[in-house]
Amino acid sequence: MYKIAKENLSALFRLIAETYGLYLPVKKAGQTNFAAWSEDAEVDLMTLKTVKSAKDAFFPQSESLYTVKKEGKKMSVEPEALKEQNFVVFGMKACDVRGLEVLDKVFLSEPVDTFYAARRDHGTVVALACHEPEETCFCKVFGVDAANPASDVACFPAGEELYWEALTEKGEALTEAVKSLLAETDEADGVSVEAEKDAIHRMIEKLPYMNLSLEGWNGDVLSEKFDSPLWEELYKPCLACGTCTFVCPTCQCYDIKDYTAGNSVSRYRCWDSCMYSDFTMMAHGNNRTSQMQRFRQRFMHKLVYYPANNDGMYSCTGCGRCVEKCPSALNIVKVIKAFQNQGGEK
Amino acid sequence: MQELINRAKELLADGTVARVLGWKAGDLPYNPEPAYFETAEALEDFVYNGFCGANLSKYMIEASKMEGKTMVCLKPCDTYSFMQLIKEHRVDREKAYIAGVGCKGKLDIEKIRARGIRGIESIEGAELTDDAETLKIQTIYGEKSLAYADGMLERCHVCKGKEHVIFDEQIGESKETKDAERFGEVERIESLSPEEKFSYFQSELGKCIRCNACRNVCPACSCRKCVFDSNKFDSSQKANVDSFEEKMFHIIRAFHVAGRCTDCGECSRVCPQGIPLHLFNRKFIKDIDELYGEYQAGADIDSKAPLTDYTFEDAEPSIVGKRG
Repeated sequence: MYKIAKENLSALFRLIAETYGLYLPVKKAGQTNFAAWSEDAEVDLMTLKTVKSAKDAFFPQSESLYTVKKEGKKMSVEPEALKEQNFVVFGMKACDVRGLEVLDKVFLSEPVDTFYAARRDHGTVVALACHEPEETCFCKVFGVDAANPASDVACFPAGEELYWEALTEKGEALTEAVKSLLAETDEADGVSVEAEKDAIHRMIEKLPYMNLSLEGWNGDVLSEKFDSPLWEELYKPCLACGTCTFVCPTCQCYDIKDYTAGNSVSRYRCWDSCMYSDFTMMAHGNNRTSQMQRFRQRFMHKLVYYPANNDGMYSCTGCGRCVEKCPSALNIVKVIKAFQNQGGEK
Repeated sequence: MQELINRAKELLADGTVARVLGWKAGDLPYNPEPAYFETAEALEDFVYNGFCGANLSKYMIEASKMEGKTMVCLKPCDTYSFMQLIKEHRVDREKAYIAGVGCKGKLDIEKIRARGIRGIESIEGAELTDDAETLKIQTIYGEKSLAYADGMLERCHVCKGKEHVIFDEQIGESKETKDAERFGEVERIESLSPEEKFSYFQSELGKCIRCNACRNVCPACSCRKCVFDSNKFDSSQKANVDSFEEKMFHIIRAFHVAGRCTDCGECSRVCPQGIPLHLFNRKFIKDIDELYGEYQAGADIDSKAPLTDYTFEDAEPSIVGKRG
């Protein structure tokens, strides 16, 4: 384990940016989101949760796939280049790191998504332990340890220092590249880090959603959950916007569309939302027709279909962004609790 | 709140209404959700406090199609939206029993979070009956406090007043919360140079994630199918690319609701990225006031809207050039 004084972080970012692309939480017009580092960027490591997760760094909200150009009678197809530059995503949290695991199972299984795979190959994740978890956090429910992010490098802020521990080969390589700014640690430092981890764990136990039970949510309850009359009640306040899906670290659905600009057509993909009326509206024209069905889909996907296909892993990391941002104050926690209460009454 | 619940129970019991549209207690101190209640028993979860900011008018479009009347709880500012929806024939007045509920300003959890208050366990002072000027917030990191006014939604600082413009009965007291000029921020932006204005809107709209929350919550956005949901044209309307939404989506939307927007502020309340979207609408309202005379959408049923009416005194298109 190494350490660096927090006041030297700007120097660290500058050094990383010499050899890597660098994305980190940046405050712009009052909101903190992951963005490319620059000398004048307002880096914000104090905000626990960026509005959007760090998903964009690996699976951007919009990206071009290829462009078809017409010149005279000739047509040419120019595929978008895959990511070739190594980059670092600094300041992710344990929940967002789990989010990448969820995305990996989708995009890295056959047929591999080459755009995503290239970014995963070239990306190094430096994650921070969650100094002060918030009431909307429930990562522990999904087995995520907010004090020990499973990233390439795990960082632990404690006092005036940031402690740095490489956990993978990529992490070791990054550590080598910035070693000139890192200091060795001693026993006392180890004690500080453990104290910080303990403090995080203690606080997590006090959070209101800590005892949320996932009992009854697995791949075997498909029909029972799907046919429940509860959905008719639960969906009603839903505005059918895409906020929950766009701030989510695991929502992975996308649409592919064409943008026509005179003599060229650009084929792009962008995040889609199962909350939208045209979601999965393909040639067959037979997509989900009611908001209840769309609403149900989101939670069935996260808590039933995904675990059924992925050895029981849920497609929710408990980051709580949907809890914070839903305009109608709906969220996955309320859905889980509603089914739990119903079970109790039976 | 108890008075409201009792009244709701009476109206359900005597068959005046088939359901009540209000707010259901959340699982955190600040997240009640809009909800329908059909029985006295269900009303046990009913809540009405400082966090019930959601404007329920738009839900009445769907509720108007349901069997029987709906008792809908509308705050003074919400009634303007409802009136406007009547005017646009989008809700059925006969299907609504309007409980004009009192309001002392609604709270914005984002404003509270912006003060660095995290780990919230309980919030005192958010009840309507509370005269407290201060919110006492218990967090897992200790007790915090905040002046009620500092936690209020932007729209409450420019409150339209305590009057319900339409109601069947009024329940609860309201309080004047206006402490800022409605057009203050618009005037500040007007005074900027074109470059500064462009950069301001670029930086604000650059945050847009095209979640459509602003559109979906907007009572004036009541088209059955929005043009932006069409999959028939090859534009980038679904992607959050700079070239499109920064310049088009929000501006088109603002034009579409101009003269109909009551300035209810829901667009800004729900924006996950904190974009002050209401400023577009408010600029249009200010322009309409200046060019056609003062007009408040949703204030009445009969008046002709300035942009859909024609008089000889109307401003000519060339006014754009003259005003700069």
